[in-house]
Amino acid sequence: MILEATVMDVAVNLLRQAVTSLPEDVKNALKTAYDKERSQIGKIQLRAIMENIEEAEKTNTPICQDTGLISFYLEAGSKFRNLEKIEGVLIKAVQKATNEIPLRPNAVNPFSQENPNDNTGNHVPYVHWKIVEGNSLKITAFPKGGGSENTCALQMMRPSDGLRGLKEFVVDCVIKAGGMPCPPTIIGVGMGGGANIAVELAKQALLKPLDEPNPNAEAAELERELYEVVNKTGIGPMGLGGDATTLAVKVEYAHRHPASYPVAVAFQCWAARKATAIIHANGKVEYLTHKPLKDAC
Amino acid sequence: MLKKIELKTPILEEDARKLTVGDVVYVTGTLLTARDAAHTRIMQFLHEGRKLPMVFEGLPLYHCGPLIKKTDGEWTVLAAGPTTSMRMESFEDEVIRNLGVRLVIGKGGMGEKTSGAMKEHGAVYGAFTGGAAVLASRLVKRVKNVEWLDLGMAEAVWTFEVDKFGPLIVCMDSRGNNLFTKVRTEAEKNKPKIISSFKVQ
Repeated sequence: MILEATVMDVAVNLLRQAVTSLPEDVKNALKTAYDKERSQIGKIQLRAIMENIEEAEKTNTPICQDTGLISFYLEAGSKFRNLEKIEGVLIKAVQKATNEIPLRPNAVNPFSQENPNDNTGNHVPYVHWKIVEGNSLKITAFPKGGGSENTCALQMMRPSDGLRGLKEFVVDCVIKAGGMPCPPTIIGVGMGGGANIAVELAKQALLKPLDEPNPNAEAAELERELYEVVNKTGIGPMGLGGDATTLAVKVEYAHRHPASYPVAVAFQCWAARKATAIIHANGKVEYLTHKPLKDAC
Repeated sequence: MLKKIELKTPILEEDARKLTVGDVVYVTGTLLTARDAAHTRIMQFLHEGRKLPMVFEGLPLYHCGPLIKKTDGEWTVLAAGPTTSMRMESFEDEVIRNLGVRLVIGKGGMGEKTSGAMKEHGAVYGAFTGGAAVLASRLVKRVKNVEWLDLGMAEAVWTFEVDKFGPLIVCMDSRGNNLFTKVRTEAEKNKPKIISSFKVQ
């Protein structure tokens, strides 16, 4: 029971941290983008973004009114107690966070268009599980805005199109998306697998730290090249023209079927909200992306 | 240097017509929010010839689904950044024609139909920085009214009193110029050069 209460508190805290303050890697990337930006209008946008981040942090207010559709990514130690109860606790945590922080109610029934006003519903919050060795639970809260979600794309390419086709597809997606995903964005590219695997990997790529290169040399090279070419499109901050179109491109890959070459492109707005903590078996909590809040347990 | 302009509501047609793509506008006075569901309902009212419970004439229409808290009977705007305007493209020309909106505020820009109505009626589109929702909320001095709250907090039509609401970058003017289209056309033009620079061909 004590552990469940801790999971509840931590999940609410993570949502609060995520929606009110950005992790250091994102803030640093924005600062670099501001310094490099040559467009006057682009600089106005980046300045407003940085002022907004500061103000949100200072006043403990959500950075953006779109506090997203909520996902949790879990790395659960197989010996962590009561794993079967975690999803239920996370649903309650979302309801509590919606009320307390508050979060904008964003979960809508696609048939009736009804909004239960608590950010929960069928498959929402979405919970992604990875079972690992050990007895701790790592939770990442990942509330994601709708603007950048609407520009995500999947292409089932011909294998003969290869890497060249992939790069062309990414550039096409960026140009087509224009200002809609709130650039400068983070771009997640999922390659290989089946369609669902590519999309899931593209999403997971968005959660990787921006300042760590990909451990796979080929993927790291692809990330570097895509970052450079995307920033040559001229789309710029908010699609108003300029240098800063993306803060980082992150790649994840799976082996593919000989006949398929799925490529998924996931966009994350500059308000790249994510927060992670580890709950140890003894109930001790370690916050990894943000400083613990005063009222944190 | 970019031109800075301060506007007060109601905005006159001649003042809206003076604005040019690239101008930076700050607006003081009254504005109304309306996004997807509100637009659908406005269209219903227009088609049925019913009177709307709010007046848009000369006022800015803001594509925004705010985060608002009610404490002790008072509304407090916590976050009120813009939403993607393109979703309203199929309605906005009629809204501008029928309701006399002079300034549409949002993010990401709009298309040909809206641009046509802006040209015809003397209205412009101003982009507010997407996601800069706390800055926006600081510029809202007061919630004056809310209609259609049955659509939900984000979809209701809120009337805000605002002070120097901006910076708004004029992206579509009443002469048919569209900065977003220009940026995208340029990007399309750059594409062959970008593609030929790929290291693996």
